[in-house]
Amino acid sequence: MDKLVIGSREFSSRLLVGTGKYKDFQETQAAIVASGAHVVTVAIRRTNIGQNKDEPNLLNFLNPEEFIILPNTAGCYSVDDAVRTCNLARELLDGHNLVKLEVLGDEKTLFPNMTQTLEAAKVLVEDNFEVMVYCTDDPILCKELDDIGCVSIMPLAAPIGSGLGITNPYNIEIILENSNKPIIVDAGVGTASDAAIAMELGCDGVLMNTAIAEAKNPILMASAMKKAIESGREAFLAGRMQKRLYASKSSPDDGVIK
Amino acid sequence: MNAKTIGIILNGSEILLKSNSLKELVDSLYLQEARFAVEINREIVPKSQIDNYTLNDKDVVEIVIAVGGG
Repeated sequence: MDKLVIGSREFSSRLLVGTGKYKDFQETQAAIVASGAHVVTVAIRRTNIGQNKDEPNLLNFLNPEEFIILPNTAGCYSVDDAVRTCNLARELLDGHNLVKLEVLGDEKTLFPNMTQTLEAAKVLVEDNFEVMVYCTDDPILCKELDDIGCVSIMPLAAPIGSGLGITNPYNIEIILENSNKPIIVDAGVGTASDAAIAMELGCDGVLMNTAIAEAKNPILMASAMKKAIESGREAFLAGRMQKRLYASKSSPDDGVIK
Repeated sequence: MNAKTIGIILNGSEILLKSNSLKELVDSLYLQEARFAVEINREIVPKSQIDNYTLNDKDVVEIVIAVGGG
């Protein structure tokens, strides 16, 4: 498949996956491998003070040669918390500067607080982070994030973890038309056809977590998502036929037996 | 090694330490195998400085790791 380029990096897959909500790290790893994803998101959290000596660590299950780790700022509700989290993530990953910025507005919807998101994006871009930004599907705000210098704009398709699918394809189309940066649908996808729809619209990729992790068989769903992303991308590149109201014969009129 | 006990806030909890060595604190958390990052009083402490870093009474320390997330 044609390569996805974001900022200074090239990715071998257009499917980006999260690592939350899995039963254990073995299942996380198996699902990620089945998804073919190259970019894998992680959250940054306080370590347990009473940690056991042999407590497994997520990053030990993700070979750094194989995956690009994308730390997120999930759980942050202010510019300050999001920027601090990015600084900790950069230190944790030895200077790696690619981050997924999300500044949330409210617990119930997990919609982004866009005024804080715009401000945090400015601070981070200024500090040489490559910012992939989770945002609402408002084309004007998406353009502002693009102008600030974010490397990828990631509008939600529906609330995080909702599985409602692409609720406003028309906005996504406008965002795609306005942007020079890769557009990744982040959040809201529920099943393979949702991912294919996002890709058929012309999105550059899809980032998902719950749709895979909460499937009855996460590993099989990961494989389904991989195919959906690839087929959606190919369909977009192929250019779909025009819709018409009435039928159009595929077989010739001539030579029908009488 | 300092014989005096110091009190710090580690990841939001007040704890007392017999040593003011950041390295000893980190070692006590069994983080050797994990990737982690340390922030003290809102400043990042680079990995290269951890071994020789001296904690002070009332320091606010955050030690984080990567966990599953989307």
